[in-house]
Amino acid sequence: MSKNPMLLEVSGVSVTFDGFRAINNLSFQIASAELRAVIGPNGAGKTTMMDIITGKTRPDTGKITYGRPGKNLLKMSESAIARIGIGRKFQRPTVFENQSVFDNLVMALKKNRSPLDVAFYRRSQEDIKKVEDLAAEIGLTEQLHRMSGELSHGQKQWLEIGMLLAQDPKLLLVDEPAAGMTPEEREKTTDILRKAAKTRAVVVVEHDMEFVRRLNCRVTVLHEGSVLAEGSIDHVTKDQSVIDVYLGR
Amino acid sequence: MQNTFLIRRQSVLVFIGLLALFTIGATLLSEGLGIGLVSTSFVKTLGKTLCLCLVALAMDLVWGYCGILSLGHFAFFGLGGYMIGMWLMYARTEQIVINSLANASLPPTPDELSDAIGTQIFGVVGGSDIPAVWTFAHSLPLQLALVVLVPGILALVFGWLAFRSRVTGVYLSILTQAMTLALALYLFQNDSGLRGNNGLSGLQNIPGAAAVSQDLISIWFLWASAFALGLGYLFAVWLVSGKFGSVIRAIRDDETRVRYLGYSVEAYKLVVFVITAVIAAIAGALYYPQAGIINPAEIAPIASIYLAVWVAIGGRGRLYGAVVGAASVSLISSWFTSGQVPDLPLGFYTVKWVDWWLVLLGFGFVLVTLYAPQGLGGLFDRLVRRQNP
Amino acid sequence: MLRILTVMVMLVIATLPVAAQTGQLQTILQENSKDVERASRKTISAVLDALLASGNENVPVLLENWQNKQLWMRKADGLFFYVLKPGAKPIELINIDTGAVEGTAEKSDLKELRPNSGVRSVMAAVLVQFQLKSSDPMTRLGALSAIERSAEESHFTALRAAVANETDDAIRAKMQRLERLLTIQFDKQSTARVEAIESFAGDTSLDVRAVLNPILITRTKVAESIPETDNLAKRLSVGDDIAYADAYQMLVDSERAPARISKQARDAALVENISNGQVGGFEVASLNTEAARIKAYQALVAESDVPPFITNEAVQAAIDNHVFYDAYIEPEATVTDAARKAVRAINLSVSAYQIADLGLDAVSLASIYFLAAIGLAITFGVMGVINMAHGEFIMIGAYTGYVVQQIIPDYTISIIVALPLAFIVAFGAGVVLERLVIRHLMHRPLETLLATFGISIALQQLAKNIFGTQARPLTSPDWLDGAWIYNDIVSISYIRIAIFILALLFLVLLLFILNRTRLGLEVRAVTQNPRMASSMGINPDKINMLTFGLGSGIAGIAGVAIGLFGQVTSELGSSYIVQSFMTVVVGGVGNIWGTLAGASMIGSLQKVIEFFNPSNTLAAQTYMIIFIIIFIQFRPKGIIALKGRAAGD
Repeated sequence: MSKNPMLLEVSGVSVTFDGFRAINNLSFQIASAELRAVIGPNGAGKTTMMDIITGKTRPDTGKITYGRPGKNLLKMSESAIARIGIGRKFQRPTVFENQSVFDNLVMALKKNRSPLDVAFYRRSQEDIKKVEDLAAEIGLTEQLHRMSGELSHGQKQWLEIGMLLAQDPKLLLVDEPAAGMTPEEREKTTDILRKAAKTRAVVVVEHDMEFVRRLNCRVTVLHEGSVLAEGSIDHVTKDQSVIDVYLGR
Repeated sequence: MQNTFLIRRQSVLVFIGLLALFTIGATLLSEGLGIGLVSTSFVKTLGKTLCLCLVALAMDLVWGYCGILSLGHFAFFGLGGYMIGMWLMYARTEQIVINSLANASLPPTPDELSDAIGTQIFGVVGGSDIPAVWTFAHSLPLQLALVVLVPGILALVFGWLAFRSRVTGVYLSILTQAMTLALALYLFQNDSGLRGNNGLSGLQNIPGAAAVSQDLISIWFLWASAFALGLGYLFAVWLVSGKFGSVIRAIRDDETRVRYLGYSVEAYKLVVFVITAVIAAIAGALYYPQAGIINPAEIAPIASIYLAVWVAIGGRGRLYGAVVGAASVSLISSWFTSGQVPDLPLGFYTVKWVDWWLVLLGFGFVLVTLYAPQGLGGLFDRLVRRQNP
Repeated sequence: MLRILTVMVMLVIATLPVAAQTGQLQTILQENSKDVERASRKTISAVLDALLASGNENVPVLLENWQNKQLWMRKADGLFFYVLKPGAKPIELINIDTGAVEGTAEKSDLKELRPNSGVRSVMAAVLVQFQLKSSDPMTRLGALSAIERSAEESHFTALRAAVANETDDAIRAKMQRLERLLTIQFDKQSTARVEAIESFAGDTSLDVRAVLNPILITRTKVAESIPETDNLAKRLSVGDDIAYADAYQMLVDSERAPARISKQARDAALVENISNGQVGGFEVASLNTEAARIKAYQALVAESDVPPFITNEAVQAAIDNHVFYDAYIEPEATVTDAARKAVRAINLSVSAYQIADLGLDAVSLASIYFLAAIGLAITFGVMGVINMAHGEFIMIGAYTGYVVQQIIPDYTISIIVALPLAFIVAFGAGVVLERLVIRHLMHRPLETLLATFGISIALQQLAKNIFGTQARPLTSPDWLDGAWIYNDIVSISYIRIAIFILALLFLVLLLFILNRTRLGLEVRAVTQNPRMASSMGINPDKINMLTFGLGSGIAGIAGVAIGLFGQVTSELGSSYIVQSFMTVVVGGVGNIWGTLAGASMIGSLQKVIEFFNPSNTLAAQTYMIIFIIIFIQFRPKGIIALKGRAAGD
């Protein structure tokens, strides 16, 4: 543990929507360089959990601390949370379709984000190099100057992952990256994520057990808003309560 | 750097060139400095149109690029006009009062002067005290600063409140419209200190330039307006062509996503809202000395909506579109409503364009929204694309 | 000669019967014939006193006829007659004592007496005393209201006498109340007055306040010390209760102190003493400040005979040597004390009633806002379609009402026809707008806003072209005229009550349609998930069209109501549009109850602001909008927010 300190600690978080308890006393930790898969049936609270971490939803109770020294995420806005190094990829690919792949990536580059700095920003050779490297990594070198709206679904997913990497986050939250991808594209996505997890924490929310198995990492199973089981994929798939939840439905 | 920036964008050079040609042409044809083919009142109309183009440019930045359909930018325009109008009216009245008191048996004291000025300006609303809002009206530099500061601070406070609470889309539009209505209603009151519904008048007379004829003054303002529009255009192009433009267009398309990229969406919206409010105010400060009069009716919510109509017809999200839209619609509008267009006899009914122009504009605008959502600029772009595929 | 004799005889014969029948009233009138013929307010009392002294029972009839210009004089002999039918030819003359017809005469032979209004009111006052004794209860009531209008001391005794003899309980109660009011004003005994004042504790009627308030009128006075005789209301502290300048001016006015040198007097003196461009040793050109002028004047005082300035110290000393105070005009302290106490109690209940009345006003304004906004609550709130032409649908409804009234002159029937017709017309317009424009702009709210705004401009101008720019009246039927009056303070007009009931009806109707009918179910299904709804066999296009039509039709009915309330112009709708959107947004989108809450809040708020600043409704609206903008900061989703996880992403 000491050589891999905790990056994110969620403790005792609960949130209620109109009487429905979406997250119920949820607690877990993520280490600073770790690949983690979060699985769970529909309505288990996966997306809500990400909403809470990224500041979109405020929990009723609980505490979330991030980094060293621990910062309280609950008092920060979405953009501030993103700036301290938490990146999020949505389930549906959301890139800016009216702008080129290049512009999308430049916007995501880790730079000062205040309006004044941005207005006087000039592309340095270094930044252009960085963008080109990223494009190569996500396989979009050819498409660099095309409108991102013209990309295929998979390419958009990669562009979005590329934008996340450009932000250079310490924690990456990825929501169902493999949805709607061909087997080859999945293979490539897995590689990108595994590579990313070497230097930072990556949390992948996924439905697809096959994909999770391929990630080969620690797995957290969510059910009705709290952690049902945690461990290796083999461990959790043998857990009786997990089997009940998944098969009992 | 400026060189490379201009060379990279040839359309900007084209625009500046056309604007210069237009201004020089109008000057050469004018009564003030040219052959007198274009009347002074028409020169004023052209100058005013350039100011309207500038405020349309601001509207395009805030709406076309940043996605905030503000129905309040004409209020900022009017406020700018009020601020400069206060100096124009005060300074001119001061001169008149000094002249009329020159033959008094005792030289006037400051109190007597301010009393006489107050009676001159506020007699019409039954007052003689100079209200506190006129504190700086005696000084041109201070009042010029207010042209920028008053609308800027109003935009800052309103924008901060609105964006902070994440009011977006049509809700924001309605809120800005309410702000405009509140401002107009406030100015309509006699005790607003700005002469109620009488507004400020006689603004075409520039203090200290009494000897200069209106023919010449109209040319000055034409050039000033053209200069402001050119500068505004350059600024707008510079702003939207860089990363800043990228970010605000991204905010327009999906502000949630921009937030997760770490940009403070509220701050960007606020910056754009305030900058465009200031541009609108500067345009207003140039417009109203040419119009000669400003009153609260100018600020009514409908004016701001017309502004949106111009930009929509011209084609939003394209800077030249806003300029083209504002110029064409406002010129055609004043042509139709001036009664110069011959009536259209249908046998059973004679169409008087003074009455029917608004009907035509209203339905025409619906057609543009339905069938040419990108406006004239969009049609132009499609044409260009077809020729150079 | 003979002929002359004959004529004379004839004349004597002609006058004889008249002379023979001269009764008591005629005699009195003849004795005062000059004053009768040219009656003036000053001279009439002598005649009236003589008439009253006679005790003749026909005096009231005489006074009444005289007052009504039915007393005429025959020019030939100066006798007075009643002429009841001045239009007849020849005119019938009626004896004022017997009431019998006494002959006829041509109009040219007679003179009509036209007492002026001053004289008539004196007569009326006298007449009242007789009317109070009349056997006809209606006459007695009439007399009472005449006294109420303008009470006089002479009524007081007559009224007291009448109370004792009154048999009708209701009239006696009225008389007693009036007698108490007169006691306050005219009784010589201050104990009786105090008693009467105390009996009105808590009575908020205007007449009581009108009697009590004059007792409390004060006058500001100045003296070396307050005289015992004055009924002191308050000692004034100079600087707080009365400004120094005013206090000193009082001293000047009462010649207790010399007047200060005014700026005008000072400047006039300076101008008068200018010689060689100098005054008091100063250059005239240098006198462009107050300080310089004061200096020059002081120099002038030294060298010529202009009066010196009165120093501030002198002013202060003069003021310190006197007391300034408010004294009641009414000399009796016990009466003023009682009146003050009574007025305080009355004011308390007056403000309570004023709050109640304010509440009624607020409810009525809220119902108007609710009516104007409820159509929007459906199209904007439930469907999420922003329709800037909504105000014009209100206008269409109002003009429909106007047109119907041009065709059907009976106001009751025309309103009954107009309400459903306005709904149908506006419904049709709404359906057309939905099919032609809004449907094609689905999910593009900003474009919808602008396109419907285009429609709004066009429709407004169309209305102007068709109906002209002047306001058209929409007249309410008689039974909606008038007001429900609880007391002098609390009242509400029937038309406002009708609007309130209409608003209530719509609330119930819409809640029923949306929550209890198939249509409502389908509407909610379509707005929540159109694709899902259409896969279940609902035609979303049709539902959207019907819903939009419903919202527009209701706007049409609101237009009739608003038109009845005010006037029909092409700007009728647009003047409500911003408030309507505010109502929906403040209340909470997507919820009829929210619209009700929003309308109630905005309506009462506006009334409360107007209450504090009644002269300025513009300011009230300004403050209200600012308040709403701030309110939205704290409840961005409105008063009644639909909770839940935000959709999207």
